[in-house]
Amino acid sequence: MSRRVVITGLGMISGLGLNVEENWAALREGRSAIGPITSVDTSNLKFKNGAEVRGFHPDTYFPAGAADQLDRFAQFAVVAAREAASSAALPITTAVADRAAVITGSCVGGQTTEDIGFVGIYREGSSRVHPLTIPKTMANAGASHISMEMGIRGPVFTVSTACSSANHAIGQAFWLVRNGVIDVAITGGSEAPFSMGLLKAWEAMRVISPETCRPFSKDRKGMILGEGAAMLVIESLEHAEARGANILGEIVGFGMSSDASHITKPSPEGAALAMKNALRDANISPEQVGYINAHGTGTPVNDPTESAAIRNVFGDKVAVSSTKSMHGHALGAAGALEAVATIMALQHGLLPPTANFTELDPECQLDVVANQARRQEVEYAVSNSFAFGGLNAVLAFRKG
Amino acid sequence: MDNLESKVLEIIAQQKRVPVENVTVNSSFDELGMDSLDAVNVLFELEGAFDINISDEKARQIKSVREMVEGVRALVAEKKPA
Repeated sequence: MSRRVVITGLGMISGLGLNVEENWAALREGRSAIGPITSVDTSNLKFKNGAEVRGFHPDTYFPAGAADQLDRFAQFAVVAAREAASSAALPITTAVADRAAVITGSCVGGQTTEDIGFVGIYREGSSRVHPLTIPKTMANAGASHISMEMGIRGPVFTVSTACSSANHAIGQAFWLVRNGVIDVAITGGSEAPFSMGLLKAWEAMRVISPETCRPFSKDRKGMILGEGAAMLVIESLEHAEARGANILGEIVGFGMSSDASHITKPSPEGAALAMKNALRDANISPEQVGYINAHGTGTPVNDPTESAAIRNVFGDKVAVSSTKSMHGHALGAAGALEAVATIMALQHGLLPPTANFTELDPECQLDVVANQARRQEVEYAVSNSFAFGGLNAVLAFRKG
Repeated sequence: MDNLESKVLEIIAQQKRVPVENVTVNSSFDELGMDSLDAVNVLFELEGAFDINISDEKARQIKSVREMVEGVRALVAEKKPA
């Protein structure tokens, strides 16, 4: 069985806004959420900037006391899933619930909760941690809370492949629907990486920019961490048509690969293989693709490698941008935030830019959509995610 | 070769798991097969061994073992009260 898989609902929370509308308004204007980190004291950190979610008050989203049961990353997951389900106008009846899935990505799970508990043990002489530390920290907490809240009883799991987590998750959900295992899925990713312990670990990697994030730009100085969640409601075309759902777009292909070479240094061959696999899975040719939402971290190493891979597969005519310049690198949520950006771009015929771009790096010879959104009707788009560990996951979308 | 230089060479040799005799101030990072992850590991060890703070900006300017030795020397000198 091979069915068409359409997107009928979207939800997103990031530094750019608390819902899809706010996020898209920022993305189309090329407005960046990157600014001084406020949730962690940065006086002892070499970098000071991040793309934090601002103005998020958990108690307005959860009944009194309930928010405390969820780590921030799981709160984001639930909030984005609610928006996606609501925009899909999807009633979860018993029949739907048993043939629906929740498949999410997260790289570091509830590590903020873990960090707080361990500070208590190691530093403050506490002899115990909060009893919810385990269920709040586990990477599948977001998926489980979505499942419980919505009564979804089919396959529910979380994929953790560092910065490719969300794309791997969405890819699994896509294939399960396409193959007829399930009819509906809520899928995406969520992340909340702002804790002192994790920021120190990123500092030690020496890949974080001391200023902002400028993907593909000659003067780029590294990545900027972001946080948030995005969720898609996807379903088989028949299921969507039968209930008269509004179709926002279509997932047409998914490709994976492993570099099998280095734990942190990406390989152009591995990235290119994942893109080719996505095109083959979608049964489309490179020429049909009009926009690529790049992995585009803004590190000195990623961008030339990704550029070489893109040129190898697509040539140099395809429009490319990295929206990480605006919502930051949200690790296990990155692919989900970028999926929403890509679907909105196809829907509106407006390609979101790479913000903070100053000058093209000769090592990144691409048609970079720089600083201002570009009006361009595109039928097919591709969204790249490449993870530490050499794990690549690429999604292909079609305009709805 | 002074103590500081021999310590830097030793740290590089340990990271690359090669005999310390194979590392000299004239070695290039390419010859030693140093990649970006080796580099951040070496910088981490140098910061610990000499109690210094090597900024990303400074680290990026270091292109050879000689520059690494001189860079560490300068940071150690800065630490000492005048």
